[in-house]
Amino acid sequence: MIPSIPQPKSFRVLYGAYIALFFVYLVLPLAVVAVFAFNDSMFPSLPWGGFTLDWFLNDTEPRLGLFHDGRLLESIWTSFFIACWVTVLSVAVGTTNAFLFERREFPFKSFLYMLMLLPLVVPGVILGISILVFSSTIANWLENSYGIDLEFLRPSTFLVIVGQFSFIATITTLVIAARLRKFDTALEEAAQSLGASRLTAVRTVTMPYLKPAIVGAAIVAFLMSFENFNTTLMLAGSDQPLTIAMYGRLREGSTPELNALSLLLMTVSGGLALLSVFVQRDKD
Amino acid sequence: MNLKAATRLSLFLLMAPLLVWLIGLIILPHADMLAISLRERVAVRTYEFSFANYGEFFNEPLYWRTFARTAIMSIVATALTLLISFPVSYYIAKMLRGRLKAFLFLLCLVPFWVSELVRTFGWMILLRESGVFSNVLQWVGMADGPVEMLYNDATIMVGLVYTSMLFMVVPLVTTLDSLEDAQVEAGYDLGGNAFSVLRTIIIPHAMPGIVSGCIVVFMLTLGNYLTPVLLGGKDNLWFTAQIYTQFITRFNWEQGAAFGFLLLGLSSLIVWSGLKLSRQTLTETMG
Repeated sequence: MIPSIPQPKSFRVLYGAYIALFFVYLVLPLAVVAVFAFNDSMFPSLPWGGFTLDWFLNDTEPRLGLFHDGRLLESIWTSFFIACWVTVLSVAVGTTNAFLFERREFPFKSFLYMLMLLPLVVPGVILGISILVFSSTIANWLENSYGIDLEFLRPSTFLVIVGQFSFIATITTLVIAARLRKFDTALEEAAQSLGASRLTAVRTVTMPYLKPAIVGAAIVAFLMSFENFNTTLMLAGSDQPLTIAMYGRLREGSTPELNALSLLLMTVSGGLALLSVFVQRDKD
Repeated sequence: MNLKAATRLSLFLLMAPLLVWLIGLIILPHADMLAISLRERVAVRTYEFSFANYGEFFNEPLYWRTFARTAIMSIVATALTLLISFPVSYYIAKMLRGRLKAFLFLLCLVPFWVSELVRTFGWMILLRESGVFSNVLQWVGMADGPVEMLYNDATIMVGLVYTSMLFMVVPLVTTLDSLEDAQVEAGYDLGGNAFSVLRTIIIPHAMPGIVSGCIVVFMLTLGNYLTPVLLGGKDNLWFTAQIYTQFITRFNWEQGAAFGFLLLGLSSLIVWSGLKLSRQTLTETMG
């Protein structure tokens, strides 16, 4: 079953057909979402009503286009804000974790490493509710004992950031640590023997080497945060992040505006994905 | 400050973010959730230790049936994902070379970069009563009227498998890639046929990828919320939806926390036994 071993022609044809079918299955749902963004009809379904850009550009109800829909634009902004914070936090913590696990020896190291991996195997909904429960416990305690009411410990944008960070940090740690592992420490020692302090050596030699991994981790963190649903669902407050707002509209049944939004998301995340592949491949 | 003290200080500084993260956001929240699941409200603002919330789960058939259904469907979805992805991964890893190989592999990653909402939306457009498939069937004359393909278990399965595919393909392609062609050829030279080579050479070699793929897929399916709820409709029974109902609709956090722990328990059990069966550790599989 490798090219060098002859197989009956019927087998090869069947196998090829199966692979082709698989890729149709893969692309079909995304393709229909994209195509119906241009359908001149109130519903994202057949019959095809002709080509239109209304679902992007029109500015009046009921055919409100994406770029004039204040509520959706606001939720895009909320998601963007959340994703930026999650990215900064998880890349920073991921970098310190990478140095900790790759460079240092300390008691319980392998135990801590395993603990660090755990957020990946906890279902997102459960991460969400555990953080919701815990922050409410703190908030109730503060309110009952000291009369302080901290609004951000109730479902809010702050909690969404914290909740998403709790598992995205694992991913950034793994990405950055994988590259740091390949780094030759002799380079750092050379810098130090040329008179650089330890910190300067790390800043001027190691960090530039880590940059592709850091950029790659940042892109992945940003996208995972922007598209997260399960954890966000439990923690979102009155400012709805985009996925929560989209979910609401999907359940109500929506105009092709939702297709327009989906197409926009696909284009942006596709671009970012290509960028991350490019960044990580470039310097390896 | 001497050198030893400086080393210890820097170790402490490096470890602080890790500890704040793991203790503050993972360990304490889960401990608190456990504590809340083990209490019962006896009067306003008065709670007592009790196993009542777990008892409720076993006494109310709806709850444990939903739980069992979620578990079984997740196992089926994982098996299907493996069956469908394995030939594809093998094709990409061993039958193709060069650009086409890289391109098809990247194509497999596409759904990952697209939000799950968008993917599910795509399936809704395809499968609903006024959807693309229904229209195509009527057009070719295989159906007389609109066909509703949403809101049943098969549809949920299609959606779950679709969402999980990538998490199976990537580890499989990675492990299969490292299989030497010569090993497969040797199998044939020694008189093996396609089936025996697959069973004794290819599958054992791919085992680490199969295990890590299955673990991730199972876990994601079990914890999925969007796909079952959107493709399965209102009356669909999925355990995460029960958790959501307890927390948000009924505001019964004690019961919801107990459900959360049961789901976490099942998920951990499956991950753990998967690792044990294949004699791997979490660190090897994920790291």
